[in-house]
Amino acid sequence: MKNTLIEVKNLEKYFEVSAGLFSRNKTIVKAVDGISFDIPFGSSLGLVGQSGCGKTTTARALSLLDPKTGGDIKFYNTDINDMQSIDDLEGEELKKFRRNIQMIFQDPYESLNPRWNIKDIILEPLNIHNIGDLKDREEAVYEILKTVGLTPPENYMPRYPHELSGGQRQRVSIARTLIMKPKFVVCDEPTSMLDVSIRISIMDLMLNLAKDLEVSYLYITHDLAVARYMCDRIAVMFNGKIVEIAETEELLNNPIHPYTKRLISSIPIPDPSYNRETYEVNFQELDSLIADNPNSDEMIEVSPNHLVGTHDVKEIL
Amino acid sequence: MNILEVKDLDMSYKTIDGEVEAVKKVSFSVKEGESFGIVGESGCGKTSVAMSLLQLQADNGKITNGEIIFDGKNIVGLSESELREVRWSGISIVFQGAMNSWNPVVKIGEQIREAMREHYPDKTKDENTKRIIELFDIVGLDSSIIDRFPHELSGGMKQRAVIALALSCDPKLIIADEPTTALDVVIQDQILKEIRKVQDVLGLSLIYISHDIAVIAEMTDNMAVMYAGSIVEMGKTSKVFSNPKHAYTRMLLESTPSIVGPKKKLRSLDGEPPSLINTDSYCLFSYRCPTPDDNCKNRNIEMELTKIDTDHYADKCCVNCG
Repeated sequence: MKNTLIEVKNLEKYFEVSAGLFSRNKTIVKAVDGISFDIPFGSSLGLVGQSGCGKTTTARALSLLDPKTGGDIKFYNTDINDMQSIDDLEGEELKKFRRNIQMIFQDPYESLNPRWNIKDIILEPLNIHNIGDLKDREEAVYEILKTVGLTPPENYMPRYPHELSGGQRQRVSIARTLIMKPKFVVCDEPTSMLDVSIRISIMDLMLNLAKDLEVSYLYITHDLAVARYMCDRIAVMFNGKIVEIAETEELLNNPIHPYTKRLISSIPIPDPSYNRETYEVNFQELDSLIADNPNSDEMIEVSPNHLVGTHDVKEIL
Repeated sequence: MNILEVKDLDMSYKTIDGEVEAVKKVSFSVKEGESFGIVGESGCGKTSVAMSLLQLQADNGKITNGEIIFDGKNIVGLSESELREVRWSGISIVFQGAMNSWNPVVKIGEQIREAMREHYPDKTKDENTKRIIELFDIVGLDSSIIDRFPHELSGGMKQRAVIALALSCDPKLIIADEPTTALDVVIQDQILKEIRKVQDVLGLSLIYISHDIAVIAEMTDNMAVMYAGSIVEMGKTSKVFSNPKHAYTRMLLESTPSIVGPKKKLRSLDGEPPSLINTDSYCLFSYRCPTPDDNCKNRNIEMELTKIDTDHYADKCCVNCG
């Protein structure tokens, strides 16, 4: 197995919400409630689940946009050749470190500044991190536009976002992300707004870049079929917790957790002759697994690298 | 018996850049109790077809040619008051994002009763309420929802209530325009089941519009693939999937990932859909055709569906260039 790039242990993100307009009581929403996983160099992990299960909160915590409220995130720091907790980084060191982590957002219509041209949009991260002189930066923009397939770059650099189609805009987002040469990119549903004929070309572009530049992805999606195409491993999230995590094909062919089974059985199949049936939730298999596991671990390893959560979800599933 | 027959329908929008021909020579028919799917990418004219059927298109949109024969009667050119008879009690529609179109300050039940009052002025409030409870039962909602406000319901519940609303005036045909697009897969699965059940129980005809070919595969008996305002392939859903004739249909099938079967390399299509302003009647797909023959390259062939097999039609140009 390749070296670990990122290691997440018991990550928690709790939000305090007031119970009512005039109430003094606060309730705690456990949006992300103690999840653990790791991602090796150049590998991609899919995070799937229903809306509201905590996928995007996880993404924001991992990309250091929002502070976590508990747990630990460790990255492999090439300067010291060892894992380093982000809690140990501060100030300049943290800023420098942030270059390694970038994010691609869902909506290419809203995540680009409409008043800036493409060149300025992609230049911005270089300016913020003060990398190279202006000439170097412009060359970098030129090169990255070629990499993401917006050629010839000189035609695209002076244009504004509204002059581009959705697919081209998402390519600009990817270019802006990759210009920092990140090691880790968090992708929050980057293709769900795009039409099918364009979607695959963006997905293929991201896969090729991952191979060429050794980028790791945390790929968030609600669509298991997309996750299958994009990811080496898949983690299924439910109610703020990971209920199952395994290699992609293992997870799809051999799901254990009732929620995973239900999720898989809910995906429409593009084949009229396929007779899909929605899985009726039952806990027998999970219960017997838990009974055989006297240590009361939170995650049980059912086969190598295939972990199933034992959290009590009977009431809510 | 055909409940709906659309013949050579043309619809265009007037814009400052010129006439946008959103629907071009579209013909299809829907039998009683059948479900008919329309699939295509954004901007291909799916929703414009749906809006034309109810003649609810935007003010700058106009049906310029063609007939829409519903229940034996051409409804193109009817007066507004005659159309109001057809809308909702003949053809009803579940709009894209309809769950967000509830009035936030009126209870769900009252909003459904409002539609029923319009079409059944003689019925009492109690009769209407009784009918709503029956409909809620069909779509899997508790009767207490009648007295709830929209913000008290989840997205899935709101969408179920929209389906109940669409059923409230006993339509013969329901148009579902991307009814599950904003919902996640588990809820989508439940809503799809509900729609199928409703169709079975009430013997309705259904037009199901979606960009998702997987949903079309599961929901429809017959289907049409639209590209740039025209139907480019049409037929029995099973035949279109097993033997796609048009390159665009093939692209749609080959670009859709699936969780069953071996993992396939997916294919995309270069280029973008053409502008629909002042177009001609020749094959508009030829700009993107991956395997054009000479006729296709020079755009020699006018668009027209040709028969391939019983219940299977595709555009002439693409059938030739393979």
